[in-house]
Amino acid sequence: MTETPDSKRDTADPRSAAMTASDVDVWFAREVLPLEAALMQFLQHHWRNRSDVEDLVQDVYIRMYEAAQKEIPEHPRKFLFTTARNLLIDRARRAQIIPIEALPDPETLDIALDTPGPERNAIARDELRRLQEALDRLPARNREAVVLARIEGLTGREISQRMGLAEATVSHHLSNGIAALTDMLYGDAPKDGGK
Amino acid sequence: MSDLSAREVKAAAADWFERRNFWNWTAENESEFAGWLNASLAHRAAYVRVEAAWKRAERLTVMKSSLHPQTARVPQSSRSRVWFFGAAAAVAATIVAAIGATSLWPTAEPETQTYATMVGGRETLALTDGTKIDLNTDTQLRTQITARERKVWLDKGEAYFQVKHDAAHPFIVIAGTHRITDLGTKFVIRRDAAQIEVSLVEGRAQVDAINSKTNAPSVEMMPGDVVVASANRIETLKRPVATLSQDLSWRQGLLVFKRTTLGEAANQFNRYNREKLIVDRSTAQLKIGGTFQSDNISDFAEVAREVLGVRIQRHGEQTEISHQ
Repeated sequence: MTETPDSKRDTADPRSAAMTASDVDVWFAREVLPLEAALMQFLQHHWRNRSDVEDLVQDVYIRMYEAAQKEIPEHPRKFLFTTARNLLIDRARRAQIIPIEALPDPETLDIALDTPGPERNAIARDELRRLQEALDRLPARNREAVVLARIEGLTGREISQRMGLAEATVSHHLSNGIAALTDMLYGDAPKDGGK
Repeated sequence: MSDLSAREVKAAAADWFERRNFWNWTAENESEFAGWLNASLAHRAAYVRVEAAWKRAERLTVMKSSLHPQTARVPQSSRSRVWFFGAAAAVAATIVAAIGATSLWPTAEPETQTYATMVGGRETLALTDGTKIDLNTDTQLRTQITARERKVWLDKGEAYFQVKHDAAHPFIVIAGTHRITDLGTKFVIRRDAAQIEVSLVEGRAQVDAINSKTNAPSVEMMPGDVVVASANRIETLKRPVATLSQDLSWRQGLLVFKRTTLGEAANQFNRYNREKLIVDRSTAQLKIGGTFQSDNISDFAEVAREVLGVRIQRHGEQTEISHQ
């Protein structure tokens, strides 16, 4: 096979190959992430050890990504919960702790989960309120850094000048604030705060 | 399964995102980041999740108008503030589109910031290039300041521009159907549904139609010129510069009237207040003068009652002026 000079080779920015958002990233952000709260509920309901739930979500996401890289699932909601169920079965088999029968089968899952989640019905006003509530729940310093970055559009250096704190300290507050905000906007942040 | 706990991966993702978007970032940092990102699908999912959350939070930028530069420390009463701005914010939220942080996937889109004031609001922006913009009541604009050009879109309302002159980087304002190019100037643009009005206080500027079907020529403005432009019409009026400066009294929160009809005065007050001033037909042509706080309708009504002998009635959110 001859290589034509105008073959569709990507000659753009070398970093773009690694960095370009695949369709999978876009699909994941749009279709899967909004289901995170429902997924956590499902896992909490069907898994005895609640402290495992966050890790289970991560493993479900890995499986979703692996599957989607081959082919984007047509019904994300059904696919997500089937994946979660299968993961629990695998785990249970390995740990030999719970009877697999305790889990719903994909058919009943399908029916139970067919109703659209609240995320889909969120309207702009609710979204703003939710964002504001999430912001209010952040620790004071984290919130201040996030507000200056997100609302005021300041850089890290400008924030450190504004807050009168060392750059490393600001970086710490901002990073923690972003992580906490992300948890609040997608699942439910563990109420016990981890420790 | 990932080697790290989900909690650790999430923290790392937020960390990368934060360092990548808010601090100096080198090519070396980027390749280090790419290494982390591609090391595990768990990393990738966590990073996409942080980025998506930050994008969602972009909607909070509508609150910007409530944060004064000198009080930018996070207000203690941020909750009540949002409820206060809630109605305006909800509306604005549907139209705001700002990209506050660089995306995971590089795009050619430069960074855009959105600024908005609510009815009665007033805000001064100091842009990084040294330009100052005063936003009047109920105004929204977007800025895009890059190394190559300086661009502002006036989506609605009124703004006064004091442009830091830089011949190599023209300052361009897009207001609906027209483009205003600064040549080192102070000017004010007011945009409503039907037309824009550009008043030049100092320097020089040029106004063009963006999609000119009529091949309308550019208008070169001199100080004192007021260009009124709509989709299919453009005209230039002359006014004393002193009058134009007086028109800028809103920057101090004042309305200045000189033999102004009550009808027009009511229009002015109603731009700045939720509470409305209603003037009935029998008194709309009466004239009044003076300087008033733009947010104080009752003060104005009281003066009108004393000077013009009109009747003032208050009904909830409305103040009505009628014949005695």
